[in-house]
Amino acid sequence: MLFRRALRAPALDARRSFILVNLSRRRLIFTGVAGAVVLVAARWLQPSHSVAASALSADAADVMRAIVPALLDGALPHDAAERRAAIEDTVDAVGTAIAGLPPVTREELSTLFALLDFAPVRIAFADIAFAWRDADVATTNAFLVRLQKSRWSVKRTAYDALHQLTFAAWYASPSTWPSIGYPGPPALT
Amino acid sequence: MNATSIDIKAPLADPVRDGLARGWNVVDATSLARDVTLEADVAIVGTGAGGGIAAEILADAGLRVLMVEEGPLKSSTDFRMREADAYRDLYQESAARKTADKAINILQGRCVGGGTTVNWTSSFRTPATTLAHWQSAHGWSPREPAELEHWYAQVEARLGIAPWPIAPNANNAALARGADALGLHRDVIRRNVRGCWNLGYCGMGCPTNAKQSMLVTTIPHALDAGATLVTRARALRFVTRGDDVDHLECAAMDASGTAPTARRIDVRARSFVSAAGAIGSPALLLRSGVPDPYATLGVRTFLHPTVVSAALMSSRVDGFAGAPQTIYSDQFMSDAVDGPIGFKLEAPPVHPVLASITLPGHGVAHASWMRRLPNMQVLIALLRDGFHPDSAGGRVRLAADGTPLLDYPLTPYVFEGVRRAMTAMAKVQFAAGATAVMPVHDEGDGYATFGAAHAAIAAFDLRPRATTIVSAHVMGGCALGPDPHRAVVDETGRHHYLANLHVLDGSLFPTSVGANPQLSIYALTARLATSLAQRLRT
Repeated sequence: MLFRRALRAPALDARRSFILVNLSRRRLIFTGVAGAVVLVAARWLQPSHSVAASALSADAADVMRAIVPALLDGALPHDAAERRAAIEDTVDAVGTAIAGLPPVTREELSTLFALLDFAPVRIAFADIAFAWRDADVATTNAFLVRLQKSRWSVKRTAYDALHQLTFAAWYASPSTWPSIGYPGPPALT
Repeated sequence: MNATSIDIKAPLADPVRDGLARGWNVVDATSLARDVTLEADVAIVGTGAGGGIAAEILADAGLRVLMVEEGPLKSSTDFRMREADAYRDLYQESAARKTADKAINILQGRCVGGGTTVNWTSSFRTPATTLAHWQSAHGWSPREPAELEHWYAQVEARLGIAPWPIAPNANNAALARGADALGLHRDVIRRNVRGCWNLGYCGMGCPTNAKQSMLVTTIPHALDAGATLVTRARALRFVTRGDDVDHLECAAMDASGTAPTARRIDVRARSFVSAAGAIGSPALLLRSGVPDPYATLGVRTFLHPTVVSAALMSSRVDGFAGAPQTIYSDQFMSDAVDGPIGFKLEAPPVHPVLASITLPGHGVAHASWMRRLPNMQVLIALLRDGFHPDSAGGRVRLAADGTPLLDYPLTPYVFEGVRRAMTAMAKVQFAAGATAVMPVHDEGDGYATFGAAHAAIAAFDLRPRATTIVSAHVMGGCALGPDPHRAVVDETGRHHYLANLHVLDGSLFPTSVGANPQLSIYALTARLATSLAQRLRT
């Protein structure tokens, strides 16, 4: 239930950021308010016990459509159409992989995606002041690096979850194998 | 760069599908239309190293055996050597099981045959130093080493355990070369295989049935002797009456295999065996509310915390091909087991998914390492936890839905060993000719010299999650020992407070084994199951 505890944390983290980087007072108030909103929102953001079993929610898919190109920067095809298709396939595969995880983990991930998609949290937690679908690779990459380097375990755990889901989905696909020189398993004929 | 094509003369046999065709008693709980009650002489929860051995021995004694397995029954025909299928179908939590703080990723089997269906076949007898420590510090009988000798021999013959007779693949050869250049100990690993094709896909289920897992040896034997196997059923709890287990309550899993349904399977038996592994058995006993007056249950869980070092070689390594583990080094396993933490050096298989989720970071740098997968040489160091007061291991507790959670605090004692292990691996890899070495840590990079790697490792901020730590071995949590203040089961494997409940799996060990544990589990459970069979027949 790691991400459940996370619901209380953005405000705390924003306060810590204030001390460290001396954010403006207005910003502090704003993130403080955002933190309070998060606390209230937590109730209705909590997924019900019947977590969608088949695929990602539309909002979660939007989050992944932004995150996948940053994680897979350097691995995705250059051709725009191929790239779009590869991202879609990867987002789908992430949804399929999540459906195979235990209910406790699905619930945690569902909460993570709800948090990332919830505007006040996105701003306070991800520092992304616009919709995920408008985020470019550089912005998303900066966000991911902040998650990775964070000493706050919940952020770091979020990074690991996104990392593991995305890379497993990408490199499980035979279409990616030629790019890394993996011949695939031997054919027993 | 086409996939290798291997011409096979005759169609590959599938002993499991053949057995099903012969009429084995196998029930897929997911397909049950109503609640059922099943009866047996002995009910065994789990079909891995412990449960599989116990099933054969108890069935051979003429007892009616019933096995309950949470995972599916998959066999060689299903084993397509693809990570995408294998992790989902054959592993706990799609191979993404983690400690409660998510700092350690645990590879653990969940299918008929358990870990033995997906392990890398490394077979070591319990180190003498480990057994000596279990005697001196945990009350094990001084007769145990001599008694185990007999059972090692039995099990080794049964499962074809022998030193790997042919050349190691390039990934393991690099470990041998590096160790030789530095004058370090190294030796050939013994493997439980017969007629191995040297393909390299042991971790995804053996497609040729060469691996002598429980799936193709003891479980078919027990089923041929009339045992029953219930798959995709989660053992919820032992229901006790007085000093006995009255029955076992199980739930059929849903079609996805991830959650229990309301469909119940009650199992009535004279005797019950928990063989659900070192996370599963303590969790099952915790859910059952068995007497635990001295809080010994589910504590001292050990993982062999494992760190990883990736290297680049100038020629191809193809770490995805060939028997995955054939060379090891015990240079850093000091005889002083309770001193600074010792570690065993081995090489792992290098497949795309496992490599990509293990390599740190993302984006261009990650992609650049992945593009060099064929030249990637990887070493792992398995840390011997549980022998020192500052290495008390983990604790199994229950989540709100009754599933297990493992708390495993990573102590400074363990991290001191992590730093030594990363340094040792880098040294071996450079000695083997590496052009770059990347210790797997957030701050890690590809270093061109040992000096640079050594300096970087010395400066790493070693803490949970920033340091990649994995585990493929779960041990402890239902310790065996004569003293109920310190152990869950007595020296026969019987629960200290429940007369007809035995634990027969890797959870019996009072510390980690200090070597890949399958053979230790086989030998110990063979001894205990034989004694149980004798008592049940009289």
